[in-house]
Amino acid sequence: MADTADTITGIECPVYLQYHFTAGRAPARFLTRIKEGVLSGQRCPRCSNVYIPPRGSCPACGVPTEEEVELPDKGTVQSFTVVAIPIPNNPIKPPFVVANLVLDGANISFIHLLSECENSEVRIGQRVQAVWKPREEWGYAMDNIRYFRPIDEPDVPVAQIGKLPVTGREG
Amino acid sequence: MQQIAIVAFSQSDCLARAGAANEVELIMPQLQAVYAQVGIDNAQDVDFVCSGSCDYLQGAAFAFVAGVDALGAVPPIKESHVEMDAAWALYEAVLKIRMGHADSALLYGFAKSSSGELPIVLSQQLDPYYLAPLWVDTVSLAALQARLLLESGLASERDMAEVVARSRRNALDNPHARLSGSVSVDELLAEDLFVSPLRRADCAPVADGAAAMIICTVEKAREWGVPYALLSGIDHRIETHNLGMRDLTDSVSTRLAARAAGVEDGPVEVAELYAPFSHQEIILSRALELGDDTRVNPSGGVFAGNLMMASGLSRVGEVFRRIAAGEIRRGVAHATSGPCLQHNLVAVLESAS
Ligand SMILES: [Zn+2]
Repeated sequence: MADTADTITGIECPVYLQYHFTAGRAPARFLTRIKEGVLSGQRCPRCSNVYIPPRGSCPACGVPTEEEVELPDKGTVQSFTVVAIPIPNNPIKPPFVVANLVLDGANISFIHLLSECENSEVRIGQRVQAVWKPREEWGYAMDNIRYFRPIDEPDVPVAQIGKLPVTGREG
Repeated sequence: MQQIAIVAFSQSDCLARAGAANEVELIMPQLQAVYAQVGIDNAQDVDFVCSGSCDYLQGAAFAFVAGVDALGAVPPIKESHVEMDAAWALYEAVLKIRMGHADSALLYGFAKSSSGELPIVLSQQLDPYYLAPLWVDTVSLAALQARLLLESGLASERDMAEVVARSRRNALDNPHARLSGSVSVDELLAEDLFVSPLRRADCAPVADGAAAMIICTVEKAREWGVPYALLSGIDHRIETHNLGMRDLTDSVSTRLAARAAGVEDGPVEVAELYAPFSHQEIILSRALELGDDTRVNPSGGVFAGNLMMASGLSRVGEVFRRIAAGEIRRGVAHATSGPCLQHNLVAVLESAS
């Protein structure tokens, strides 16, 4: 028997694996359009729900989504949180607002930042619009939109959130 | 005990690379195909769903959850997953039906293993203390096994080349094959060694893709009014993770599974074996005690294209297809998992009439 001092109680085996990630055909189409400053979703042929970013299927119906739908950069706050801790290596300083936003004409939310607002005044149903980076900085990424900011429109009643037409609050 | 009927099967083309497609886009066409075969709408029309995949292959934690987007899981469905080939999803579904918890089940397997360096990725399935830290890749382990087989005198390099030549020739009739053609044993033996004693041709060509199947009770199959095959036996056995403690020239687990599944209870007209390396087909045929009257891998087996996490289910599907078409009356399907045939599943399929 070896001395307890010589007993090996652990070994380090770091795992490094490299992958070439692909987003999928539908998400790749979304990323290609957002590089041009266009927000494009897909409509389900069965239930008519519009998904953005699209995954290529309607998860509710289990059918492929192929019809492309261009959406405006206006939307509604579905839910939100005020974040009090910093994001590592990110210039955004806490406290900041992260929100689930539903674009007009879409039926599902995505997560983005909300800024140019009083954090204490952010609320469900609040109307918001995208603030884009300068065109020359656009890439294949959702952060072509720097953040969303509140706009001067009446709030959307909770039951109507995620059900507005592409024409928005007035449509 | 409930008899199990296989009623539908579909598999994708074996693609070297699936391009931009994500897992949902790979799975959906196969699901739509099996729904159409029995005339149902989506996963709401079966009692249970089980999938087989491995998150390590695409390099994303919980990647299998994204696959559920292909199902139409609203309202919620009964759904499960195995982190292995979908042949084991089939096994889980068989238990579910036999216990009376379901009358029908949808199974699917998928992978886009081209995203990573597969032989290296699979090294991480080895035991985490002694083997995984050495990063022993799957091809090297298979080569060690082939070397042991050659030195035991149980097979020759020519025997291995014959497996490849026959498989590629059979794959000519397989519309989903990635690799097929007429090549002579001498031409294969003239090729350079890859990882000695294996040549590249001894390694089944890995492919991206998916496969799906629907099984049910016999009553449900009659209700759907579709041709079906009976799954008369299914069993799986696993050997130790310690390669040094196994006889790599034999497949004890296949032997045990075959006995439990009832392979010897009747003639085996066709055997579809999941042998990712040519010498493994020789080991498996011996373990299953297949005679000259058995056609081994008429589809070309995985030498037509090795769909990771779906090839095992596809072996069952290939035998089902032949029985449902009335070509054969009884066949055996085999699936494997782990290095050097560590874990093996054997299924016996029979004509209903
Ligand atoms: Zn839908």
